[in-house]
Formats: sequence, C-alpha cells, structure tokens
Amino acid sequence: MHEIEVKNLSKSFIEKDIRVDALSNINLTVEKSDIYGIIGMSGAGKSTLIRCFNYLERPTSGQVIINGKELGQLNENELRAERTKIAMIFQHFNLLQQKNVIDNVIFPLTIQGVKKSEARAKAFELLATVGLEEKANAYPSQLSGGQQQRVAIARALASNPRILLCDEATSALDPQTTASILSLLKRINKETGITIVLITHQMSVVKAICNKVAVLEAGELVESGNIEDVNLPEDKYFWIDGDSHLKKRKDQVNNRKEVADYVG
Amino acid sequence: MWDSTTINMILEGILQTIYMTVTSTVLGYLLGLPMGVLLTISDKNGLKPNPFLYKVLDAISNIVRSIPFLILLILLIPFTRQIVGQSYGSTATIVPLIICSAPYIARMVEASLKEVDPGVIEAAKAMGAGNTQIVFKVLLVEARTSLVTNATIALGSVLGYSAMAGTVGGGGLGDIAVRYGYYRYQTDIMLVTVVLLIVLFQIFQNSGMAVAKKLDHTKKS
Repeated sequence: MHEIEVKNLSKSFIEKDIRVDALSNINLTVEKSDIYGIIGMSGAGKSTLIRCFNYLERPTSGQVIINGKELGQLNENELRAERTKIAMIFQHFNLLQQKNVIDNVIFPLTIQGVKKSEARAKAFELLATVGLEEKANAYPSQLSGGQQQRVAIARALASNPRILLCDEATSALDPQTTASILSLLKRINKETGITIVLITHQMSVVKAICNKVAVLEAGELVESGNIEDVNLPEDKYFWIDGDSHLKKRKDQVNNRKEVADYVG
Repeated sequence: MWDSTTINMILEGILQTIYMTVTSTVLGYLLGLPMGVLLTISDKNGLKPNPFLYKVLDAISNIVRSIPFLILLILLIPFTRQIVGQSYGSTATIVPLIICSAPYIARMVEASLKEVDPGVIEAAKAMGAGNTQIVFKVLLVEARTSLVTNATIALGSVLGYSAMAGTVGGGGLGDIAVRYGYYRYQTDIMLVTVVLLIVLFQIFQNSGMAVAKKLDHTKKS
C-alpha cells in the first residue's frame, strides 16, 4: 500500500465569476519514509496541492488516499482523526503567540484529550529532540525564526504522525538556519521513518534532503520520480520574481552551496 | 453646604455608578461575547460560514447601535418596568445599558477575533481541532490582549452612558450632577461629580490596560 496516493486531482477556484484552475489532473504516489519534494515557482499551485493532502483544501475532483483511506469519503470527525496522523509545519511557523513553548508543543495533545502530565512528559522529550529544552518556558516572540520552526516541528511530532507536510518550511529562514532545519528533518526521518512531503521554490532544499521530487508548473505536474532520474530545470527555479531578481539569484546560489556543505 | 448629607449622597452616587457600570458591562459581555463569536464564525471567511445568521446578527447590532442612548433609554422604559419593576434608579438603568452595550461589545469582540493570525487557525485545523476547540483554545486565547483592551474601552463608554441616564433619574454621579448642577445651579457639586467621574474613568482605564499588558506575550521582553 502506498503511504499517499493522489489520483487525477484537480482543484479550481471561482474568483469573481471566473474559474481559475489551480491544479489539474495531478497523479503522484509517496511511499513510506520518503522525503518527497514538490518544487515550483510562486503561483504554480504548490500550497494548494499540499493542503489537499490533509483536506485543508477540498479537491474539486480526484482522490487523495492516505494509507488506504480516501479522505473524500470521511465525515468531519473521521477527517479530524485522520489529520492527527498528518502533521504540518508552515513557512511562518504559526505558533500560538500567547502560549509558551511547552504549551505549544502540548497543544495537539490537549486537543486529543491526552492527560496534561502525560502530554508534558512527551513534550519535553520532543523539545530534547529538536534541541530546545532550555526554552520550554519562553514565548514564541522571544525566539528566533529557526527556533520557532524547531518548536513547530516538535509540536507537529507530538501526536506521533505518520506523515509530515512541510509548507515552505524554510523559506523564511536564512541559509544556515535552513540547513540546520533540513538536517533535523532528515534525522527525524531516519530515526522514526516518518514520511515527509515538502513544497519549496528552492532547488537547494530538494537537493539537500529529498529522495523523490515532482516539478509543478502552472498547476500541472510536469515531471516526477527519484531525484537522480528527474531532469531538474535548475536555472528556472533560481529566481522568485520582481526587481530584486539578480540579488535573489545570487543569494540563492550561495544558499544552495551552504546548504549542500552543511547537510553534506 | 458640605454637610454629611451631601457627602453621603456623593458617596452613594459613587457606589451606584460603579455598580451600574460594572454590572452592565459584565452582563453586556454575557450577551455580546457569544454574539461576537457567532459573528466571527458565521462570516464568509469564518470557521462555519452562515450568511443568514451573519446578516441577522449584523442587522440587530447595527439597528441597536444606530439608536442614540438617550432615546433607547426612554424607548425601553416599558420593558425595563416589566423586568425590574420600576423605570428609575440605578438597577433600572442597567437594563438599557446592557441592551445598548451588547452590540458594541459584539462588534469589538468580532474585531478582536478577526485579528487572530489565520495561519494559527489553519495550524489548529491541520492538527485535527474542531471548531469549538478553535474558538475556545485558539481564538479567545490568542485575542485575549485585544479583548481585554476592548473591555476597558467598553467599561469607559458604559460609565459615560450611565452618567447620561442621570437625566431621567438613573441614579449615580450623573444623576447628582444633573439634579444639583443643572436644576439647582450648584456648580460646586457638579464639579465634584465631574472630577469623581474622571477619577473613576482613570482607575478603570489603567487597571484594564495593566491586565492587558500582563496577559500579552507577543512583545519581546
């Protein structure tokens, strides 16, 4: 059985009476313990696609099958139960600003009704995994971006998920921090066998940790497969957009080198 | 002039004003907070969009807010008499104060809750949280500083309105100011009540802001 199977998935939005096709006819499979990268430029539909994996976005048509269960067939409660097994981290971390680190990590467990003492023990374990035990009582505003993402990772792992979805998880971080977050993800993948799906516009990220990759262009999957088999159109993904094109391109080349050096 | 009767009257006025203001605000929140939560979740980008419910609540809140308080006070006299048994005095004033403040409170609660980062709500959904959990464990918690700040503003406004009720025998410092300052030209008593209202307002304002500051963890410290 595949860990994640996406079949003929399409998603369109109606915006001011005009239909916008965000995704059309996506097919892909992710196996257990894969680190699967989905790369594409801004507006290619990456964020929409990854949100279909936990049904934060409902596809217009097609199926998302997680570990044999088709998400579209589940009712609200079953879907919520399934989501506890599919964790997610975000570009802007999305931590609760009014709760301290330990309470953020406990949060998914309290939602599930786990006893507080049990949840705390688990949370401290996870903070140790991400190397932030001493920050247990700090608030997110007192942490750096990299530290906040580590807290978000600990929080994501709290419910022992099978899958971790990463939505541009390193895009708001500097190259060194990106590298350390990526190596943390890689380590967790090795130690726990968790399946990771990440979307990014940075080729460096894909090259650093992914074993499989898919290229998304204007809502369509143009290539997918093992990283060594896919022809990655390298240059295309070095720019983001706008005037700072050249500077960004330079930054990203440096970024890629540093990440490659760090992750090895 | 400043005999014990006058002083007692003013002391009683202070207590009545505090009683009216605090009770009305608390009961106003009892109505306004759920209404604000419902406005937030039923709105088109809310947790459970419901255009009909939103429109009804929106209309109620706008209609009540468009009636000047003094007119609402008079308009509600039969209703107040039904509930309290009389239409004058500080307990009777609480009824129109609640009805007047609840829609304002609902709007302020709505504004506070809509400030909560949609990303945090999305994260909670991704963890499998239901709408009730999102309301109680995310929205109300994340927005608490803004909620308390707005509650302070509400308390200040209700204090002002309670004084206005003095014109129709509403009790409290406003009542004293109107009876002595306006009808009897005793400017000194009026000035004293004004100073006392200012002092009360400052106390409410400063303690509210202190609580808000204590609750806020979004600033680096």
